[in-house]
Amino acid sequence: MLTLDALTLTQDDFQLTADLTVATGSRTAIIGPSGAGKSTLLAAISGFLPPKHGHIRWQDTDLTQLPPGSRPIAMLFQDNNLFPHLTVAQNVGLGLRPNLRLTQNEQAKVAAALARVGLADMPDRKPAQLSGGQQSRVALARVLVQSRPLILLDEPFAALGPALKTDMLDLVAALLDETNATLLMVSHDPTDARRIANQTILVADGKAHPPQDTQTLLDSPPDALKAYLG
Amino acid sequence: MVRSSVAINRALPGKIAAALVAAIVLGTLVAVALRAEAGRGLGPAEWSAIRFTVFQAVLSAAFSVLLAIPVARALARRRFYGRRLLISLLGAPFILPVIVAVMGLLAVFGRSGILNETLRALGLPEVSIYGLHGVVLAHVFFNLPLATRLVLQGWQDIPSERFRLAAQLGFGPRDIFRTLEAPMLARTLPGAAAIIFAICLSSFAVALTLGGGPRATTVELAIYQAFRFDFDLGRAALLSCVQIALVGAAALVALKLSNRDGFGTGLDRTVQRWDAQNTLLRALDTTTITFAALFLILPIALVILRGAPALTDLPTSVWSAALASLLIALASTILMLALALPIAIAAGTGRARLEAIGLLGIAASPLVIGTGLFIVINPIANPFALALPVTATVNAIMALPFALRIMVPAVRDTHANYDRLSTSLNLTGLSWLRLLLIPRLRPNLGFACGLTAAMSMGDLGVIALFADPQTATLPLQMYRLMGAYRMELASGAAVLLLALSFGIFWIFDKGGRAHADA
Repeated sequence: MLTLDALTLTQDDFQLTADLTVATGSRTAIIGPSGAGKSTLLAAISGFLPPKHGHIRWQDTDLTQLPPGSRPIAMLFQDNNLFPHLTVAQNVGLGLRPNLRLTQNEQAKVAAALARVGLADMPDRKPAQLSGGQQSRVALARVLVQSRPLILLDEPFAALGPALKTDMLDLVAALLDETNATLLMVSHDPTDARRIANQTILVADGKAHPPQDTQTLLDSPPDALKAYLG
Repeated sequence: MVRSSVAINRALPGKIAAALVAAIVLGTLVAVALRAEAGRGLGPAEWSAIRFTVFQAVLSAAFSVLLAIPVARALARRRFYGRRLLISLLGAPFILPVIVAVMGLLAVFGRSGILNETLRALGLPEVSIYGLHGVVLAHVFFNLPLATRLVLQGWQDIPSERFRLAAQLGFGPRDIFRTLEAPMLARTLPGAAAIIFAICLSSFAVALTLGGGPRATTVELAIYQAFRFDFDLGRAALLSCVQIALVGAAALVALKLSNRDGFGTGLDRTVQRWDAQNTLLRALDTTTITFAALFLILPIALVILRGAPALTDLPTSVWSAALASLLIALASTILMLALALPIAIAAGTGRARLEAIGLLGIAASPLVIGTGLFIVINPIANPFALALPVTATVNAIMALPFALRIMVPAVRDTHANYDRLSTSLNLTGLSWLRLLLIPRLRPNLGFACGLTAAMSMGDLGVIALFADPQTATLPLQMYRLMGAYRMELASGAAVLLLALSFGIFWIFDKGGRAHADA
């Protein structure tokens, strides 16, 4: 269980509060108007923004003081999820060892992850030689080898076309089925939330609301969400 | 963002390197100031050196900038075969050894150069290249390309839509000049002139070869003479203080007036111009470009033509000097990297002010640092025995501001784009350096190393202070050959020096670019 315990986040004169829990193994969308603080919330959970007050806990561990790389979290950002000068296999391998000195066993893991996302035949390509969808698959392969219990997605597929994005979300869902990881996913598209997330956190008016059932929330949205959904 | 322990560790080596640079530069300044016999005051010889230094720098800056206007305008509004090459050549003086250029200018304008041969054949009086006009000529040779690049950048910065609008409104060349070009020039020229003025203030090798005598001695040259001929350290130190004040003030002014880096990227774009299509302007531009190209290329071409046959007869003294130069160039490149990389990392990841430390290298002149190092080293060891390490050190510090200009923006970009990703993957420390920063920076590192090595290879400055007759770098050996009127051999050495300078630049720069990915 992820616990955001009386959390207050500030950035310049922007403030966001959160006091909620997310069940282990659940898939949660974070939805809300732009500028409401969806990415800010994710930045705090992943350790890039130290909270002003409150604590972040995963199971019984307090994460609040841990640096980003030491948290039980794998994260994909809006862009720059791959190093363009490293090969596909190296990019994935970084998820196992930041110094890339991989054992045979670990190299096999990288190959297996690439095979799982459908890129078995291109470990030596550079990201620039791949399509946008293939680049997303490489990033997902790295998330797979990281095998962290908590996965954060900050709209990494936003630049893809609708069909590709759907493919990616289905791939994410399939990977979650295999690993039982917990997913937190920022989205500005309610159809994404409906597709993959059984519950949704609404971020609006300076507050991250506790997760609710996605269907219920989207079918009868509160005023703040209604204004956003239009 | 989080200021984690990682960020602090990243800045620490940079701070140490910056402190080291500051200690060397400021330490030598203090040494010089303490040693200066201020009580003696400035004599007539010193005042004359100061007057000459400022006067020649004013003239050099004025001519460079004024001549750059027609050249840059012609380059900005014409497309022709070889334009791209010519614009690249405008960057070449940066790594062209001064002594080679002087040799080339002598081949054109010297006593038995092609100009005077022609004048003699026509029964006209000869011209002498020595003295004020020779010094200014050489400075214009070196700085006209720089000024042209700066002014050309100004032209390129005028949005092409403005020219389209001007054409739509039926503007003639005169109207275009008044509304578009004159304001741009008013913005660009003062900065360009100030930079060139500051560069020419600390001119040493040009004054050493083409100046001299009571009427054409720069402060930098006077330091050398006080040091070498009179061994009057007090006077050398006093002159050094004068030089620090002069160059420091000029560098500050230049910095205030200019915000361009002068490496000018994207200069090979031409703007469609509707106003310049008449025959007269076409002829004018063609003539301008031809003369500028001749002025820049002919001297070097003559050096190569005359020196190439002598390459096979070069004595061992030249080859061993070449080896010494090569070692110094490599040593100063390594030292530059050891200083610049940590500073660039610190400056590019949040401690932006550290980049200013590199500017110390601009404000202090090589001979001042050399004099200071001599004063510091003298009580401990024989400075002449340390000629080569001292030269490598000074060259590295002189290259530092350029290296930082090249490296810091790349570090900043890498940090901005990949800091979150590398942090979330725990990519830190040496792995971060090896897997992220160095690969991302490779083209910049190659370019910076190439510049440093080439500048060091061609440098004739501190080595002249420190060298005993047995030690020489290739430029110094060339100067000695010229002094002994062994012009054939000097030309051969010049070709060798030219090949080494551009070769080492090319190897580093190419090495940085090979396999570079987007």
